[in-house]
Amino acid sequence: MIVYLFILLAVLAIASALGVVMNKNVVNSALFLVVNLVSLAGIYLLLNAQFLAVIQILVYAGAIMVLFLFVIMLLNVEDEEQLFDKFRVKYFLAFTLGAAMVAQIFYSIAGVADVLPEISANMATIGTVEAVGDVLFTKYLLPFEMTAILLTAAVVGALMVAQYKIKKG
Amino acid sequence: MLEIDWFLGLSAIMFSIGIIGVLIRRNAIVIFMCVELMLNAVNLSLVSFSSFHGNIDGQILVFFALAVAAAEAVVGLAIIIAIFRNNLIVDVSEINLLRW
Repeated sequence: MIVYLFILLAVLAIASALGVVMNKNVVNSALFLVVNLVSLAGIYLLLNAQFLAVIQILVYAGAIMVLFLFVIMLLNVEDEEQLFDKFRVKYFLAFTLGAAMVAQIFYSIAGVADVLPEISANMATIGTVEAVGDVLFTKYLLPFEMTAILLTAAVVGALMVAQYKIKKG
Repeated sequence: MLEIDWFLGLSAIMFSIGIIGVLIRRNAIVIFMCVELMLNAVNLSLVSFSSFHGNIDGQILVFFALAVAAAEAVVGLAIIIAIFRNNLIVDVSEINLLRW
């Protein structure tokens, strides 16, 4: 049962990832990316990482994708009229590089397949909000606070870059 | 039962689709979305290793990666808006002011 669920979610994730890349309409690409993120959240649930699954949907599929859609709406981007119309060396190189990348990663995974970890016994207990929060606010408290500074700096920087008029002097 | 190879394979395939997208697309926003795709692929392999090892540190790292991805999306989209305001294009092959 859980295997079929994984296969369903994996096919959904790969198909929607291809949809992001191959779609001419930017809004459709963004919506395909939402499908991809939600199916990844399902895969996180299969891995017993409940906290990250919820955060994935809240932060990525909620906040970040809304930001993307707002920017698409602001920019009023029209459809690309051509995606694969004529043969280009760039496309050939890109697909070769991508295929080489997959082959290389698969090769290295196959090389270490006998030392890859089996399912751990405490897999079910480490992904809960309780477990994550416990570690996050004790061992990783300083990086957590740094995240706040990072986000503040990002917001201020984005406002500086994107604001219409920069006052002189 | 589930094996970790499948998760790593899914992660590798998604990462490569993201790379191909970054290389062939010209729309800056789509390139950005492909970068998000690659980030998610890496997050998936971190979470799968974390769960299979029974060690929570990987999931904490994914949490921080999410925060950094949010910051990166905000700043990158602001840069795209600034470029669009100056040139009215989001096609990265037309943005060549800094190219020699």
